[in-house]
Amino acid sequence: MNNKITVSCTKKNLKQIRDFVTEYLAAYTLTDIQMNQIVLAVDEICANLIIHANSEDPSKSISLFITEKAGMLKFEIVDNGVAFRRSEYKEPNIEEHIRVGKKGGVGIALVNRIMDRVEFETSDSQNTCFLYKKIK
Amino acid sequence: MKITNQIKDTTIIITLDGELDASSSVMLDEALSDPEIMTYSKILVDCKDLNYISSAGLGVFISHLQRFEDAQIKLIFYNMQDKVRNVFEILGLDLLMTIVSDYEEAMTIADE
Repeated sequence: MNNKITVSCTKKNLKQIRDFVTEYLAAYTLTDIQMNQIVLAVDEICANLIIHANSEDPSKSISLFITEKAGMLKFEIVDNGVAFRRSEYKEPNIEEHIRVGKKGGVGIALVNRIMDRVEFETSDSQNTCFLYKKIK
Repeated sequence: MKITNQIKDTTIIITLDGELDASSSVMLDEALSDPEIMTYSKILVDCKDLNYISSAGLGVFISHLQRFEDAQIKLIFYNMQDKVRNVFEILGLDLLMTIVSDYEEAMTIADE
């Protein structure tokens, strides 16, 4: 099964990433909601990397690898942009976002609530985000 | 993503067809930013063919909600697929926004 995709950093490629994840997950028995949640979590990370870490620069790219072992799905998303600083991350207050009309900032909250484990790693100029989800 | 509008008296029905992600949500933001939308008393959002929503799509609704509330414009979602509703629920947005099952219910609430 094909488990790797690389796309250039434009938002239009998010659909391609979602389709790739959907196709990979078709081999597993998942409900519509489970499938959608996992696709969403990967999409959110990739959108953040494309837009924020790589400033939608089409000369840059991100790669996604998917593996599964003993019922645990592992997604590795690699890029060479600006590293995500987890220590600076704050869980959003949605009611406050509504009050001030804030548009962004809820994507990582979705990822954290959907996935079982979320890790970020940086070595040299390469960043990797690891997402883990137990499906069995 | 296809967005179509239908006007019924003081109600505007916005039909969303496709996937609302970081790329396509710009179009929805433009539609909701149109000054003309503030002339309606109700905005009904038909989500029957909305197959996907990411935080960017949610963010567009989040960012306009207060403005509509301040202008006493009701924003009501209906015909939402379970998997899409689930995304609203993960963030608790189903408690902060009005999501009903179908058009009839949406119109009843809108008329209250």
